[in-house]
Amino acid sequence: MKTLRGKEKTIFQMGGEGKRGMDLPKPEGLAPIAISGPCMRSTTPDLPDLSEIEVVRHFTRLSKLNYGVDDGFYPLGSCTMKHNPKINELIASLDGFKWSHPMLPYGMVQGTLKAMKMLEDALNEITGMDGCSLQPAAGAHGELTGVMMIRACLEKRGNPRQFILIPDSAHGTNPASSAFSGYEVKEVASDETGCVDLAKLEEVLDENVAGMMLTNPNTLGIFEKNIQKIADMLHEKGALLYMDGANMNAMMGKARPGELGVDVMHLNLHKTFSTPHGGGGPGAGPVCFLKHMAPFQPAPVVDGEGGYHKLDWNRPDSIGKVHGFYGNFLVALKALAYILSLGGKGLEQSTEDAVLAANYIRASLKDNFHVPFDIPTLHEVVFNDKKQAEFGISTLDIAKRLIDYGIHPPTIYFPLIVHGALMVEPTESESKEEMDYFIEIMKKVAKEASISPELLHDAPHDTPVRRLDETKAARNLVLRYGGGDE
Amino acid sequence: MSRFFPLSDNDRREMLRKIGADKIESLFSSIPESGQFKGTLNIPSYSEQELLDLFRNLADSNTPTQSFAGAGVYAHYIPASVDSLASREEFLTAYTPYQPEISQGTLQAIFEYQTCMCALTGMEVSNASMYDGATAFAEAILMAKRVGKKKNTVLISDAIHPHYRKVAQSYLENLGIRIKAIPTLNHKVDIETLSAELENEDVFAVAVGYPNFFGIVEPLDEIALTVREKAPKALLVSVTTEPLAFGMLTPPGEFGVDIACGEAQSFGNYPGFGGPLLGFLTTRQKLVRNMPGRVVGQTTDVDGKIGYVLTLSAREQHIRREKATSNICSNQGWCMLRAVIYLALLGKAGLRELAELNHRRAETAKKAISRSTHFEVVPGMSFNEFVVRSDTDLEDFVEHSVVNGMFPGVRLSKFGLAPDEMLITVTEMNTVEDIHRLVELMEAVK
Repeated sequence: MKTLRGKEKTIFQMGGEGKRGMDLPKPEGLAPIAISGPCMRSTTPDLPDLSEIEVVRHFTRLSKLNYGVDDGFYPLGSCTMKHNPKINELIASLDGFKWSHPMLPYGMVQGTLKAMKMLEDALNEITGMDGCSLQPAAGAHGELTGVMMIRACLEKRGNPRQFILIPDSAHGTNPASSAFSGYEVKEVASDETGCVDLAKLEEVLDENVAGMMLTNPNTLGIFEKNIQKIADMLHEKGALLYMDGANMNAMMGKARPGELGVDVMHLNLHKTFSTPHGGGGPGAGPVCFLKHMAPFQPAPVVDGEGGYHKLDWNRPDSIGKVHGFYGNFLVALKALAYILSLGGKGLEQSTEDAVLAANYIRASLKDNFHVPFDIPTLHEVVFNDKKQAEFGISTLDIAKRLIDYGIHPPTIYFPLIVHGALMVEPTESESKEEMDYFIEIMKKVAKEASISPELLHDAPHDTPVRRLDETKAARNLVLRYGGGDE
Repeated sequence: MSRFFPLSDNDRREMLRKIGADKIESLFSSIPESGQFKGTLNIPSYSEQELLDLFRNLADSNTPTQSFAGAGVYAHYIPASVDSLASREEFLTAYTPYQPEISQGTLQAIFEYQTCMCALTGMEVSNASMYDGATAFAEAILMAKRVGKKKNTVLISDAIHPHYRKVAQSYLENLGIRIKAIPTLNHKVDIETLSAELENEDVFAVAVGYPNFFGIVEPLDEIALTVREKAPKALLVSVTTEPLAFGMLTPPGEFGVDIACGEAQSFGNYPGFGGPLLGFLTTRQKLVRNMPGRVVGQTTDVDGKIGYVLTLSAREQHIRREKATSNICSNQGWCMLRAVIYLALLGKAGLRELAELNHRRAETAKKAISRSTHFEVVPGMSFNEFVVRSDTDLEDFVEHSVVNGMFPGVRLSKFGLAPDEMLITVTEMNTVEDIHRLVELMEAVK
């Protein structure tokens, strides 16, 4: 994690006039410039001037200030930080794919369209759904698309309705996506088992409810045992069930949302299907849906009938477009490569190992860290800081201390219904040795909390920067180099 | 099938023992019997070698071609350093920088990207990225709506990319925002109509392309003046699919634009059949709290050392939930990284030279085409793409050209626009020889 210097100047503090990192073909035999008047730029944008080696060193040094999945244990709950196979990158960088242009005639991009269709089919098989659109560019984008489809479906029936129901354990994107689809949000409380409280659901469910967004397994890692009942209750009132598929890694080959009463859902290709997170994207958030929702999916739709692939734009009931083109195709390729590396049995094995790993960590640490919901969980386990609080130690301190031991902290302070949550999702990609190291360190940190809490308060000790002043960042906004205190 | 699994059967047995479970199935007992999937997923598996063959075959069934395609996605040369640096695992396999102490590489790169985008657009603030140009455009209008509060009409130029307008429509119609289209005159904003529409006091924003979808450099000075005079409170939004143009064009910020957004795929990212792309959104400092998306700010650590963090998160969904400025969270981080590496390599001089090279090759093509028999160039000041009109059947022409190994341009009928018009894009990837071949194909039309 350490670089030799531990810090790196910005590119704007380096280099000098006349240097360059990229040579261009000479502009020989060309027509002259034909832009004039007030639109001709008179100022020079203040980009840095650096040679290639300086750029290479700068970004190499920056990279060494980061920590990736390839560096070590990365148990971020709800993020599914599994191995990103290298072959996927090679496949997505094949010339035929990376240079394919979205406006070429269909006959020239058959390989691309076929790959899209193959992924759609595979995702339908995994989810038990009838149809799939690859257009949404991220999980939250998939949510927005799915709720828009619910709206279009209900509008077609005569009334889009007013509310979307969302459990209090949900990710913040769920209510935000509902609001941006023109809905008001009603929260549904969880019961003592961490699942949707059916009595509370009954209270808020009426003919004004358009649908419910349900994360399954939920953000506590608990399978919503009443999901079929919930679907029935919604359907009876003419409402629809949306499933947030962020946690699909817990159920591949074990349960299929299409058979649980779910009408529409999204998947995160960057979670369950191994595409790299890239320091914050690009992921992809395909939506899968039952047949009755198909008319409302984004346009265009890949049509592979008769073995010739084309895009069908004639979709009168579609919600329209949600992406400039057809979604994050190169990301979709990586997901398809992953799925075909494992096959049906392998995907199920992924799920089994992921659930086994989470339960192993839970069993190994339950005496050292409080487990607020003491019921069976699948792919992740939520602890909190209750046992450490008496020493003045918070979840944040625990997380930062783990960094000193070369471990990426778990997701912290989420879900919101758990005070001081520490959400651990090991995935199937961790060896037993790696998990045993994590368990050993967690126990050690728990011990440190009681005997030398200052070690945790002051952590991390050994990183390129230590705890940063986030209040200052928000108050004295400096959002670009040289752009302070405006 | 096993190469991704680090657990041995022995490990699995030991772990089950620790858990106190007799078999793996019992860990799934929380799934009700009626909801359990009893079959096996019907998906084949391939060894790595077979997999690569399969995908090579697919990639090879795309037809390689010399191409003048643009219309929102551009083929530019990408230096080897971009691929090499961006594929470093520390960048590629890291999560969103929620733990800043071990994410300074990503955070500083975003800060540098934000600085570069401000320099290019002449704006004061840039966010960390959006999904693509089309969604950045939709979000820019939603942002303007937050500033415009009770006002509910947005004027959108018909000379903005048709896909962008479609996406904006999907986003806006559920929220009851009224879209009023501003028609084009000679493939540009009809300023008279715009001026008349601005009489409507309900207008909260005006959106124009710069350069527009037809490649034309709109007179942003005149447009800005009209908006300021007629509706001083309305926000002016500019949208750009090819920001390389800012190497030569006066940036939107210098015309007083309030939100400059668009697509930055041109900077170091492959066409990739239109994704992943890189939406950008830049604005003025005073509007920053209405901005959607992630943003990085500079601060100091407990020892006073400079560092970077995600900031202004009080706008965002994880804090504000349904009241957030957007539902967006992390999106195109790695595409952003490629863009900032690319821009660092290009530098001041490189940016100007590359912009001029694109422009002058396009001008060379315009000159040559205007001398041809069946094609004329639609007049207007342009950067690196332009519209041609033809008296021949363009579908036949494209088909004939493709057979001859050349994709000559995007027919506007693909967007429901004029069937006799085609959008031609020329970048540094199209040589003068390619241009001559294109004109030869045009001359071969019967």
